[in-house]
Amino acid sequence: MAYFYQNPLLRWLMRNPIWGFVLIVFIFFSLSSDHFFAARNLQNILVQTSTIGLIALGMTLVMINGNIDLSVGATLALAAAFAVDVQSWAMFATWGNWQILPAVCLALLVGILMGAINGFIVWKTGVDAFIVTLGAMLGIRGLVFVYTGEQSFYAMNFAYSDFSALSVGPLPVLALIFLLCVLAVHWLLSRTVHGRNTYAVGGNREAAVNAGIRVGPHMMINFMIIGFLAALSGVLLSTQMGAATPNLGRDYELWVITAVVLGGTKLTGGKGDIIGTLGGVLAIGILRNGMNLMQVPAFYVYVILGSILIAVLFLDKRFNRTADGGLRL
Amino acid sequence: MSDMLQPALRLQGIVKTFPGVRALDGVDFEVMPGEVHALLGENGAGKSTLMKVLAGMYQPDDGQIIIAGQPVRMTTPIEAKAQGVVLIHQELSLVPEMSAAENIYLGELPRKSFGRVDWKTLEERSNAILKRLKCSFRAEMTVAKLSIANQQMVEIARALTVDARVVVFDEPTASLTDAEKVVLFDIINDLKAQGVGIVYISHRMDEIFTLSDRITVLRDGAYRGTLTTAETDEDEVTRLMIGRSLDLSRNEAAPDFGETMLEVRNLTCPGLFEDVSFTVRTGEIVGFYGLVGAGRTEIAETLFGLRTPSAGDVLVDGKKVDITSPRDAIALGVSLVPENRKEQGLVLQMNCRDNMTLPQVQDLTAGPFVAKGAELAIFDQYRHRLAIKTPSWKQPAGVLSGGNQQKIVIGKWLSMQPRVLIVDEPTRGIDVGSKSEIHQLLRELAAQGYAVIVISSEMPEVLRVSDRIVAMYHGRIMREFDIHEVTEDLLVQAISGIRTTEPA
Repeated sequence: MAYFYQNPLLRWLMRNPIWGFVLIVFIFFSLSSDHFFAARNLQNILVQTSTIGLIALGMTLVMINGNIDLSVGATLALAAAFAVDVQSWAMFATWGNWQILPAVCLALLVGILMGAINGFIVWKTGVDAFIVTLGAMLGIRGLVFVYTGEQSFYAMNFAYSDFSALSVGPLPVLALIFLLCVLAVHWLLSRTVHGRNTYAVGGNREAAVNAGIRVGPHMMINFMIIGFLAALSGVLLSTQMGAATPNLGRDYELWVITAVVLGGTKLTGGKGDIIGTLGGVLAIGILRNGMNLMQVPAFYVYVILGSILIAVLFLDKRFNRTADGGLRL
Repeated sequence: MSDMLQPALRLQGIVKTFPGVRALDGVDFEVMPGEVHALLGENGAGKSTLMKVLAGMYQPDDGQIIIAGQPVRMTTPIEAKAQGVVLIHQELSLVPEMSAAENIYLGELPRKSFGRVDWKTLEERSNAILKRLKCSFRAEMTVAKLSIANQQMVEIARALTVDARVVVFDEPTASLTDAEKVVLFDIINDLKAQGVGIVYISHRMDEIFTLSDRITVLRDGAYRGTLTTAETDEDEVTRLMIGRSLDLSRNEAAPDFGETMLEVRNLTCPGLFEDVSFTVRTGEIVGFYGLVGAGRTEIAETLFGLRTPSAGDVLVDGKKVDITSPRDAIALGVSLVPENRKEQGLVLQMNCRDNMTLPQVQDLTAGPFVAKGAELAIFDQYRHRLAIKTPSWKQPAGVLSGGNQQKIVIGKWLSMQPRVLIVDEPTRGIDVGSKSEIHQLLRELAAQGYAVIVISSEMPEVLRVSDRIVAMYHGRIMREFDIHEVTEDLLVQAISGIRTTEPA
């Protein structure tokens, strides 16, 4: 055991067990599938991961803050619908490719607004974020159907749907956007006062209030960030599909929460980081991709992921048992 | 110069009421600059409430707070801190996952541009403060990894981040070792020399007499007087604390004890209590008296199988037993009426009958269904026996008065046919009339042959119900008293850690 504590790499792995898991599945699929370890496929994994990954970044902030956001899938769909639909509004007809700009801006603003509404209600009413965002999940999904009339919108501007095929060097542009966001959110969480206060509020709310931290505004900012990231994810997803369907982003909140929890963020708040979350989304991405390549039916992916999630939390509970002062409850 | 003549802080006629309780009743209190003013009183005398008013966490209903000659109104802790009033909490108010440095500057982290944390300044300043406190750990350490004593030092370090006028220490030594105490006292004397007013709350007489210049005593939320430390002694302070108006009638029942039902030998749970030995006979009530945190509740939890002791034996009815879960405890006839009736004792939304039969409902079945008749029979029996006042069994337990709720919890455990009944703080939050009813009930239960342990922080209560009193201090049994030989002074001294005679 002493060796484990001395080797810095192993020590790091013990604190971030999900990366050990990522490593194992990565090696496993590289050995067992011919198509897995290929530049094309690895790019593919990054692109597939970026959709859920972007939202997971925001969810990490919100969950460290001691809240949760279930409305992200619906926000994603609403933003995607705006992004695709607004381009074809008559007032932008003569703008050429520039018509994409107001569409994307509006979509992102809608996302921020949805997050702001969630955050404001949680702040001012004190109702649990689970309930508030459950309501928002139903309500926003309803708005999507009202807005789209149950129809899919298709992007008429080909520049829009070609965007997702662009690359910067070896990196697909979608993957690049995701990685930049990873860096930005990591910086926000670990280096800024807002980030540190996010931990304080989630870790011990009473202590934060006693120290004069204004809890409400911090929570609202984090909800706005996750709203923005969900909308961004929706925009990018719609460029990949060249369309926005009203059912886009269904169940995404569950995938996102799974990834964040796998990454070591506590549901009760106060603990977690972006490095863990990145591991969480990669674990899910690699597992889905690899099993797909090995032609395992998709349902098994669900079974395996569900088992891993419970196993990881069980191990976490075993290791952190001293937290309840040894009282058997 | 006039600044030196007027108090750094003055409270005048502070009144604070909570629904049904007058927690503070016209309290006066002042601290001069460069003075250590001790605040004393029993559990529940109103010290903590007074300090919360001072720290801006509660608003007083009446009275004035005057700081450096100016009347002020403080509505948040941050305003209080801006006025130079710093409260060091008794319960740790730290964020466990963050570093010591971040906790010290919580809410006022030094910033650079773009809202970035200035880590360098933060760590330099925090390490400087920790060095002043002679702490051996670095400010970069995560608080969760520090010992409780070091966490307490982090809490204290917070007071040194601002130019404080008044620093309030609420039981600061509760978790410190003797060596750390010396450092703390140096810090206090240091602050004092700088002209800071210190409010020092503690139950430990020895500390108060070494540190303080004056002593103010509160009792039942009312101001009882201020003494100059140099001109008084422990006896006078103790008398002021206990008062004479209390009902101190004792249990005078003729002793009629049977066999030893419960025997505990050298039971130890590291950090909570150590080397605890005592016996309880049938028909006897043993009172456990001590301050909050003395380890009494933890002993009860261990006997009920909620904690695992590291050493020691428990004997029930002469046989050595191994209690690893509440299920074992119940099977052996050990029952625990917990400290917090609303959180640990009752399912408030459930009706009275279901609450009472909760531990045995799986045995009360008729085929696959719960046997309603049997449940009702049990409820009616104990409702009658304990005189529980409720219109019907259908009432949710939450709507009953505190006294009747407590009776339901007691009834629940009596219906399990226990041999040993442990009652933790039986009358907390219960009005005076019901209190004596509960006391009467406990005496009757003992007379019926149960072995009873009563844990209480109220002296009149232990004196009234017990046959013997075990005084605890800091996880250890200080002394055991027979009810006929005990005096209030001896009890107060025993639970404050003063050894008068060799402990039994």
